Amino acid sequence: MCLGIPGQILEISADHPDVAKVDVSGVRRAINIGLLSEEEVVVGDWILIHVGFALSKIDEKEAQAALEFLEGIGQAYADEMAALQGSMIE
Amino acid sequence: MRFVDEYRDAEKARALAAKIAGLCEPGRQYKFMEVCGGHTHTIYKHGLEDYLPANVTLVHGPGCPVCVIPMGRVDDAIAIARQPDVIMTSFGDMMRVPGSNGSFFDSNAADTDIRMVYSPLDALKIAKRNPDKRVVFMAIGFETTAPSTAMTVLRAAAEKVDNFSIFCNHVTIIPAIKAILDSPDLRLDGFLGAGHVSTIIGCRPYEFVAARYGKPVVVAGFEPLDILQSIYQLLLQLSEGRCAVENQYSRVVPWYGNPKALEVIQETMALRPYFEWRGLGFISHSALQVREAYAAYDAERLFHIPGVRVADPKACQCGEVLKGVLKPWECKVFGTACTPETPIGTCMVSSEGACAAYYNFGRFSRDRVRAASGA
Repeated sequence: MCLGIPGQILEISADHPDVAKVDVSGVRRAINIGLLSEEEVVVGDWILIHVGFALSKIDEKEAQAALEFLEGIGQAYADEMAALQGSMIE
Repeated sequence: MRFVDEYRDAEKARALAAKIAGLCEPGRQYKFMEVCGGHTHTIYKHGLEDYLPANVTLVHGPGCPVCVIPMGRVDDAIAIARQPDVIMTSFGDMMRVPGSNGSFFDSNAADTDIRMVYSPLDALKIAKRNPDKRVVFMAIGFETTAPSTAMTVLRAAAEKVDNFSIFCNHVTIIPAIKAILDSPDLRLDGFLGAGHVSTIIGCRPYEFVAARYGKPVVVAGFEPLDILQSIYQLLLQLSEGRCAVENQYSRVVPWYGNPKALEVIQETMALRPYFEWRGLGFISHSALQVREAYAAYDAERLFHIPGVRVADPKACQCGEVLKGVLKPWECKVFGTACTPETPIGTCMVSSEGACAAYYNFGRFSRDRVRAASGA
């Protein structure tokens, strides 16, 4: 739960602008982007996600570096991804 | 791959190591604390201490939220879970943390329904799907997770999900740093500021460390070169007789943090007068509780909670490890009675705990132990 994981925004819900469909290492889930309301967020943007919420926008280079860092962590990242797969945020 | 090389290039690491060595005065000891468990992880995974001169020591701080939860709060959560019709929900990291009568997992084997969730929003959804149950979320973490809990409480209130509440254990990083600075045990020369916490709080809250305690702070990223660069910046400040807050991780951390996140925390939570931290004891104004206006979503107001303070097991020295007074392998039970499979202390449970990081990356070679103990 302490891991910040990078994801790329695929779609922003027209009815709920706080919710985006995000690709995280091939896993597609809904993520809450309400904490970024002071920034403009568009499809294709990379975000850093903690426990189902985007905390900040990042660039692609940083996303790639963060991903490599996480993949090196091993079990904790596997657990976080397994938890994300079980997520049912809407 | 080309992206990451930029942060991991061994040539660059060696060049930085040489610059670091050039700034160290011979005979002077330098102790820097990395506050964040993520930094501890990078340092051990990449063996960064091997790049540093022998008189530069990195001390691991209390920045692992799972590690600092006292046993009594685990017992309190289990006591809530035992009450009628309760579904307790928790991040997976908490499930194995020992209370005085076992962990959440042990408790489930007996009589409770404590479920792992990825997000507090998942806990809220469980509440909506189970209107005849009382669903409680075990809220833990520093400022990285507090805004998520706050947003979930606001949503529960907006949607009137009245069978949902949170058991709030959120802690704030700045008072812990202050407690360490005030502790007579440890003399530090500077801090590596936490990475992701700072995306929320920004860099300004660290300014007192420089202004009042005269110690430099560099907010650092998680890549090996980020950490070496940050240590270089700390040493450069010391060599120039300066102390200031610098942001090495500006590609992610804005100087002013995330104002919206701070606003929702402020809206739903208030500082507690004091809170117990495992190993550090009671620290004033170091944790958050649910504000009166959202009392309907506060498990501490809705349920009877024993609130009994439980001392840590005698053999466990997590407290000294969390304050950086002891290295993980100097603890009496490290790697023998206490392992990731059968943890006694929290530092061995969480993957970001200093003990688990040491244990998993095998950086407790006998040479190092001998050298450190002077044997």
